[in-house]
Amino acid sequence: MPQGSSPLLELTQITKAFGGVEALRGIDFALSPGEIHGLVGENGAGKSTLMKIIAGVHPEFSGRFMLDGRETRFRSTRDARAAGIAMVHQELSVAPDLSVAENVFLGVQPTNALGFVQWRRMAREAGEQLSRFGIDVDPTARLGDLPIGLQQLIEIARVLFSGARIIILDEPTSALSPPEVERLFATLRRLRDAGSAIIFISHFIEDILGISDTVTVFRNGRKVMDTAAGATIKATLIEAMIGKGREALEETYTHDVALPAPSETPVVLEASGLSLARSLNDVSFQARAGEVLGVYGFMGCGQLELARILFGKLKPDRGQLQVAGETKAFGSTADARRAGIAFVPESRRAMLFHQEPVYKNVSISILDRISSLWLKPSQEREIAMRQVEQLQIRPSAVELDLGMLSGGNQQKVALAKWLTFPPRVLVLCEPTRGMDVGAKNDVIHIIRHLREQGLAIVVLSTEPETVLSLADRIIVLKRGAVVREFTGEKISKDRLLEAA
Amino acid sequence: MVSSDSAAVPAGDRKGSRRIAALLRSQMRNIAPFLTLIFLSAFFAIASPSFATIDNVGNILTQVSVTGIIAVGLTFVILCAEIDLSIASIANVTGIAVAYFTLQESYVNIANIPLPGWAAILLALVLCAVLGLVNAFGLTVIGIPSFIMTLAMMQIAAGISALLVRGQIAYKVPDLIATLGSASIGGIPWIVIVAALMLLAGHLVLTYTRFGRYVYMVGGNREAAEYSGLNVKLILGSVMVISAVCSGIGGMLGVAHFGSAQQNEFDTYLLDSIAAVVVGGTSLFGGRGGIGNTIVGLFVLGVLNNGLDHVNIDSFLKILIRGLILLAALVINVYAQRLRAKAAD
Repeated sequence: MPQGSSPLLELTQITKAFGGVEALRGIDFALSPGEIHGLVGENGAGKSTLMKIIAGVHPEFSGRFMLDGRETRFRSTRDARAAGIAMVHQELSVAPDLSVAENVFLGVQPTNALGFVQWRRMAREAGEQLSRFGIDVDPTARLGDLPIGLQQLIEIARVLFSGARIIILDEPTSALSPPEVERLFATLRRLRDAGSAIIFISHFIEDILGISDTVTVFRNGRKVMDTAAGATIKATLIEAMIGKGREALEETYTHDVALPAPSETPVVLEASGLSLARSLNDVSFQARAGEVLGVYGFMGCGQLELARILFGKLKPDRGQLQVAGETKAFGSTADARRAGIAFVPESRRAMLFHQEPVYKNVSISILDRISSLWLKPSQEREIAMRQVEQLQIRPSAVELDLGMLSGGNQQKVALAKWLTFPPRVLVLCEPTRGMDVGAKNDVIHIIRHLREQGLAIVVLSTEPETVLSLADRIIVLKRGAVVREFTGEKISKDRLLEAA
Repeated sequence: MVSSDSAAVPAGDRKGSRRIAALLRSQMRNIAPFLTLIFLSAFFAIASPSFATIDNVGNILTQVSVTGIIAVGLTFVILCAEIDLSIASIANVTGIAVAYFTLQESYVNIANIPLPGWAAILLALVLCAVLGLVNAFGLTVIGIPSFIMTLAMMQIAAGISALLVRGQIAYKVPDLIATLGSASIGGIPWIVIVAALMLLAGHLVLTYTRFGRYVYMVGGNREAAEYSGLNVKLILGSVMVISAVCSGIGGMLGVAHFGSAQQNEFDTYLLDSIAAVVVGGTSLFGGRGGIGNTIVGLFVLGVLNNGLDHVNIDSFLKILIRGLILLAALVINVYAQRLRAKAAD
């Protein structure tokens, strides 16, 4: 890394554990004034944890934290802000009901001698700041009425103009269009030339290489690489991120996975030209019977919206869906279910009833198949018991409240809901996220078994392993558009990452 | 990202003992109102010799009947984590409507439209159902929160009432309604029988039908219900209509029971009905409770109102005491919800 005069921030041997699990293991990290420092790594590699330590979100950690050459400990984000450190978090944290100007000056509104907010001054200055950033927007407009990308830019602008010396940006470009990314980069360079230090986290390796002076790669809580951005290439970074020869238990997919030859089975689900506001742009694909279609992309690429359109929760602005050759316009999720579509969302909380027994969770989606008016609880229990046995859900007691089950078993219940009367199409979001290896393998086996029964399965995930372990064909979504399709060829994790 | 899952690992024995505690906690919601009822009954029985008599039990049953009929529908609404503030106004306008379509004595100065009894009842039922449909439309299609939508409906229904009676009082209702509202059979008032039958019907629907299950699931986790492919809007709309129709029936019988139909006649029934449902232990957050709870709540309220009349205390103080006891019951309701949420974690 470039040896500047003296580092602004110097961290030595930082270690941080959450409940016995080490998220960071002995990290050394230095940041100089006038430097843009790119940070890459897979989900859970420890990037965000380190940034939260720097921004004072996590006050507990071990290791040495030097700011301006003096040992420092932040007790809170307030301390960090007072020391000139500001962070833009991955999730949007704006106040949608306030005006643009109020958001820009959130917490630091200009006031007069009596303590009244100087609205006109605030609006004027907000407008000036934003236009310096290349954003031409009415500062009195309600922020929530603006497109998401613009909201994100305004949030970034707020932090950039807060006068902070150290600015941390966590995935700032995921919702931005290419020209917006360019504008952001121009501003970052200007701030760097004025002496600010910037940490830039992104999944988009091109962005990292395009803007950073230095790049650090994290893997499994360790720093595995530290280099000048000009001295490396995308493939090298991806290789460092994934690592070679990881733990034997998990398949790593660093070697080629051969996708089967294109399937000739009938098309069950066909999406053509789906567009939704700024989330999706002209997405088309086909899902065939007995085939798993993988949809891969980074967080914010439009997967969640796509899945919700398929299950009738969101209505696309343009485009149409065909199920088994019939054009469908779903008015509700009930319509989608009746058309033979099943859905398991990325969050179990959004799918299951934690305070209800397992059998009611299993039967909820098929009640109309087993009873017209009066419930048949004994039949419900019987069906649930059959699923519990088949899917090896533990403990195997259908009367137990669902909340008593572990996460992996809950995920199996979420699948079990749809299996008694198999749907035509099964849409799965992040089916194995946050699960241990055993449960993960169980779920993978269940899905493969369903594929053999002739279901068309759509798996959407931000984890390359999930898609690679399940999919027969893969499409890659990037900023709401399909940018690549892999079919009947060999593919590995780095090629998938490269495409996204 | 790493911390949350580690807590789920520990072995089974800790979970076993926790399960018993969790079961007790989860039953808090049913136990607490029942204990309140027993405590209040015992208190008034000791404090007043005239309280614990057969006659007075009959009084209490009659006194809670109209509230009970209205509370059946409200239970459905609250189980879905919605609210209906228009119940009393809809009861009032339906009662007025059924009198409006009945031939009144010549001294009643209302420009009414006399119809045969069955037609009057049918029109009144159609009216309350339509008002319920408007609530349902506002809530599900337009997306107005039920609190606001039914607040508006409260005013609208009161407005229709005002236009129909124009400050006058009507007395006559169709014979069937008069019988059900004010006559008795074998010493038991018909209105008590109707209330009991409606509560029973409500219980059967909620417990043994598919629709009832959907109501609980929508109230328990609306998002999950939607992602399970339930038509959540249809279910929410249905409970608003059920609530309005129950209110309407309560209103018609109430008018017969009181012997007159006039403006603002049912105003106290709004708070009483909500209190009965919630005091009984049905969760304001939805998904927990039921008609059984509502019945206990009705009796808590009935015993309280009736018992305070039997003991010799300042009648102005009674209002305050009533409020404080309701507050205590509500605190228990919210607290029981929290205990249960903890038990589920």
